[in-house]
Amino acid sequence: MSVTVRIPTILRTYTGGKAEVSAEGATLADVLRSLEENHAGIAARVLDDAGKLRRFVNVYVNDDDVRFEQGLQTPTPDGSAVSVIPAVAGG
Amino acid sequence: MAVQSVEPSTTSVDLGPAAALSCRECGERFDLGPIFACALCFGPLEVAYELPADGSEALRKRIEDGPANIWRYAPLLPVPADVADKPSLNPGLTKLVKADNLARELGVTGGLYVKDDSGNPTHSFKDRVVAIAVEAARAFGFTTLSCSSTGNLAGAVGAAAARAGFKSCVFIPHDLEAGKVVMAAVYGGDLVGIEGTYDDVNRFCSELIGDPLGEGWGFVNVNLRPYYGEGSKTLAYEICEQLGWRLPDQIVVPIASGSQLTKIDKGLKELVALGLVEDRPYKIFGAQAEGCSPVARAFKDGHDVVRPVKPDTIAKSLAIGNPADGPYVLDIARRTGGAVEDVSDPEIVDAIRLLARTEGIFAETAGGVTVGVTRKLIESGLLDPSLTTVVLNTGDGLKTLDAVAAGPTVTIRPSLAAFRDAGLAAV
Ligand SMILES: Cc1ncc(COP(=O)(O)O)c(C=O)c1O
Ligand SMILES: [Zn+2]
Repeated sequence: MSVTVRIPTILRTYTGGKAEVSAEGATLADVLRSLEENHAGIAARVLDDAGKLRRFVNVYVNDDDVRFEQGLQTPTPDGSAVSVIPAVAGG
Repeated sequence: MAVQSVEPSTTSVDLGPAAALSCRECGERFDLGPIFACALCFGPLEVAYELPADGSEALRKRIEDGPANIWRYAPLLPVPADVADKPSLNPGLTKLVKADNLARELGVTGGLYVKDDSGNPTHSFKDRVVAIAVEAARAFGFTTLSCSSTGNLAGAVGAAAARAGFKSCVFIPHDLEAGKVVMAAVYGGDLVGIEGTYDDVNRFCSELIGDPLGEGWGFVNVNLRPYYGEGSKTLAYEICEQLGWRLPDQIVVPIASGSQLTKIDKGLKELVALGLVEDRPYKIFGAQAEGCSPVARAFKDGHDVVRPVKPDTIAKSLAIGNPADGPYVLDIARRTGGAVEDVSDPEIVDAIRLLARTEGIFAETAGGVTVGVTRKLIESGLLDPSLTTVVLNTGDGLKTLDAVAAGPTVTIRPSLAAFRDAGLAAV
């Protein structure tokens, strides 16, 4: 299953400056593995040593915060848009 | 190729004592620039200082001789030394009201104070944070000021931009209170209503920053956030100075993203480190509305992660379901012996009325949340009524009139007889 992933500026050193890349996978975990294959080093920025999402990163699959869904096991159907965004405070 | 919209200018950035940005999570340091998240761990970046070398006596005098606004603390803020000469709304030095009537009502015997930030130029504490962000925007060469906002920040950005000569374009959830929408619109910048909650607005703005569409824009609470956040320290400085250079024992702070509470703690710690106040324990309490209480929930459940919620409360200024500084609020509440509590919408309205009728201070819903939570914390024994307590009122009730909609007690003809018949007369 092919999805597009929006890359925040601080990770674009791994994607050659690209703001959007495509990846494969049926779940967010798979998508991150696929990203890592093409852009080595990127997964370690998004995941902590225990393999969990870092606490100051927000990931959305089609506008839904994955913490409302199934976290790394959130399904990523064909054509999904995945967005990785640093958490921001102050409103 | 869409790279970072504006490259951090590492040379010739004069932000006074600000020396670098450092990651709050892993400690990695970065040059001053319009960046906000750590490239290693996504942790929030905050300003690290070359602190003033004056002894504490000299520094205290320098502050006391300074202007009657936040710029008196310029030596402790990321702003150029001549900041007070630039066009600014000059917020700050709002009243610290000794609230004896409210204290009696709540049973506080150790001294109760309301820090009334509704007295700022656009009637919320947001003028403090925006004033600092404007200096960063100037230093980095931005020409448009922007933000995602639950309402108050939008007004503060519009006004500060107008005064300082920036364009502005601010983003809010489309269904905010009329008072906040009008205030955000009147200053002549663009105001964009977004179909969604604050969290949707925030996400949209975060994406805009990485896109050529947002090129050259300074988002006060996104790419300028490290500087913005420092503005909240001035609340801590003022409270201590107004108490006669003394730490309060307890402070109750409303929480949306948790930024303000986190920076108040940072400010108090700095005053101790600089020798401006005597070191002694203080407790920080956080206040949320029940309809948007992810941090209170995590506190009560003993968690150190905050699970986001979909907000549903009249306290729209605090309606952030995914509070980025939530984990730090939990740390601070636990470390200082404080707590995080929440109150229902009817309790918020009651508390707005209580503060108005006891002290003549008309708070917006966020102030109602804070006073309501204070009352609840006293009842549950978590807040000690025999200690000096400061409660923050961060916004003005005129912005959220619907929350307490009320009319005249009675309406009568302009005659003494009609007045007597209405039953209000002295005899
Ligand atoms: C009146 C008022 N009080 C408090 C807050 C909470 O601020 P923070 O996001 O820093 O927790 C806000 C945020 O928008 C606000 O408008
Ligand atoms: Zn870091």
